[in-house]
Amino acid sequence: MILKLIWRNLWRNSRRTLITVASIAFAVLFAILMKSFQNGVFKNLIKNVVGYYSGYVQIHQKGYWDEQVLDNSFVVESSLIPQLQQNANIKVIVPRLETFVLASKGNTSKGCLLVGTDPVNENKLTHLKDKLIKGSYFENNEEAVLLAEGMAKRLEVSVNDTIVLFGQGFHGVMAAGKYKIKGIIHLAAPAMNDSFVYLPLGATQYFLGAENRLTSISLGIDDSKNTNAIAKKVKSRIGQKYEVMPWQELMPEISNHIKADSFSFYVFSGILYIIIGFGLFGTVLMMTAERKYEFGMLIAIGMKKSKLELVLLGETLFITLFGVILGIVLSLPLVIYLKENPIRFGGQMAKAYEQFGFEALFPTDFDPNIFITQSLIVLAMAVLIGLYPLWHVSGLDPVKTMKK
Amino acid sequence: MRETVIDAHNLSKIYDEKTIPVYALNKVHLHISRGEFTAIKGPSGSGKTTLLNMIGGLDIPSEGFVEINGTNITNLKGNELIDFRLNNIGFVFQSYNLIPVLTAKENIEFIMLLQKRPKKETDQRVLELLKQIGLEDKVNKRPRELSGGQQQRVAVARALAPKPQFILADEPTANLDSVSAEKLLDMMLKLNQEENMTFVFSTHDERVINRARRVITLEDGKIVSDTAPTPVTQEQTETK
Ligand SMILES: Nc1ncnc2c1ncn2[C@@H]1O[C@H](COP(=O)(O)OP(=O)(O)OP(=O)(O)O)[C@@H](O)[C@H]1O
Ligand SMILES: [Mg+2]
Repeated sequence: MILKLIWRNLWRNSRRTLITVASIAFAVLFAILMKSFQNGVFKNLIKNVVGYYSGYVQIHQKGYWDEQVLDNSFVVESSLIPQLQQNANIKVIVPRLETFVLASKGNTSKGCLLVGTDPVNENKLTHLKDKLIKGSYFENNEEAVLLAEGMAKRLEVSVNDTIVLFGQGFHGVMAAGKYKIKGIIHLAAPAMNDSFVYLPLGATQYFLGAENRLTSISLGIDDSKNTNAIAKKVKSRIGQKYEVMPWQELMPEISNHIKADSFSFYVFSGILYIIIGFGLFGTVLMMTAERKYEFGMLIAIGMKKSKLELVLLGETLFITLFGVILGIVLSLPLVIYLKENPIRFGGQMAKAYEQFGFEALFPTDFDPNIFITQSLIVLAMAVLIGLYPLWHVSGLDPVKTMKK
Repeated sequence: MRETVIDAHNLSKIYDEKTIPVYALNKVHLHISRGEFTAIKGPSGSGKTTLLNMIGGLDIPSEGFVEINGTNITNLKGNELIDFRLNNIGFVFQSYNLIPVLTAKENIEFIMLLQKRPKKETDQRVLELLKQIGLEDKVNKRPRELSGGQQQRVAVARALAPKPQFILADEPTANLDSVSAEKLLDMMLKLNQEENMTFVFSTHDERVINRARRVITLEDGKIVSDTAPTPVTQEQTETK
């Protein structure tokens, strides 16, 4: 009977009910869409930035990040890599040995960052092969370099030319070597494009007299949202000896940008929900005022206040539930569609993005948590608003209300 | 000696006690037995509604107390009182008695459902009452699809359905034209006789008053006359 009353009361003023349902549905739809978008954009941004070079998590010798010199490199223990491989969330492991050296051709020379890396895994993490604009990709045991475009221009060299690298190796030994240029790569960030030289890891270790040594291990993982969990796990296993840093610590500017943007979402959705909350409150208020006499009559003839309150709370909850469900039903296909068919920006914005090697693509993130959270927020709000008629009924005196 | 249903002792209701006290009801004694058909009349403001609210357990007297079937209801509080009303008293108000979203049938069974009576008993009773009030063909009509008189008949049926101790009706005919008013009264009278149901109602309407078996007149919160009940119903109910 309670359910019957709730249901019929909802359709007493069906237009008002529908408008309220629609406004709640719209709020839920909007909030879910906005959040999915934001998360999608962030995820994409993180993927791009992290896939540039750093990886999601890096492992160094303790102290390396503050003083990035070869003397802070470490010898890879035989158990380290298998330990990392055990973690199913870690998809790629890229060992690197990095240092600054001088590259020269003839009379021209230029400082550069030499990156000794594993060609196969490097490509998995940073898609280095895709950045090739001339020549071909290097292989593990080769003594050949990939030169960034800006470097090649400066040194006026091209594929199959030879350059000489000079520098200080491990423990200050003199390092010098001649390497053939196997390919020219274009790196989107100008600073990188002007200074990067890639050499296979084995050749680099030999060149620098740093047998078996690395400056960093970069990890590629399954999903950016697992970054902190993975970093924590890795830290708990090897944190005694190594420093384990998630990308947020490697690139604090980007992490801060995301935090600020997330905050603006909370403010915006908060305002949205407050507006919708007032709308719902208005409906509840009108409904309560209109039915004052009826409430008095029901209590007079013997309906317990608690029962009447149940009916009224039920009405508010049903309206909200309909709104929330409608909002989810509408946003679900939209979010999924926009994930599969991301919005592509054109014009200035696209150019700005492309300058940094990002595609101006904005896919949504499909995360059930977003749906659940936004729905729960709206429902919690509805319960709060639904308390008003309860309060009204609890203080209701049938004699006074029924007086004409 | 007939069974006592309502016993009001020394009932007073005083408004604005601190400034200029208004005696809406002034030391009223009232005794009503089972099966009586009592009208309460009096000019506007004489205290009819106040008296009915007191004996219906809707309002608390300033002085005195009310016993229903031996229970002192003046001591009941909150849910106890609501439950007492649910199980013992039938109410008919001047207007808007019915729940607008329920059909005639659903309105009649409403109280029995609140009382959690067995479904079979409820269905039977509702059917019987619909027949008695002559609205079998309006079973599934909502209140707004019924005339004012029909609505009041449904309200009487709802009050009567669970067979309460008595039925209180505050100006049940005030919003009805005279034909409907008389029809409603005839129906109430018939139910009074068939089911030996006690009715107490207030009214302004002379034709309605004529049908009462006992007429109590209020003035300024006091009973000024109480014509003795005509001992009709006994034989009539027995011959049925
Ligand atoms: N809440 C209240 N506050 C103050 N005075 C009240 C209140 N309720 C009723 N009264 C007064 O009590 C007196 C009796 O009122 P009551 O409603 O019982 O009269 P009534 O006989 O039912 O009148 P009517 O025929 O107009 O319905 C009146 O003088 C009225 O003004
Ligand atoms: Mg009155």
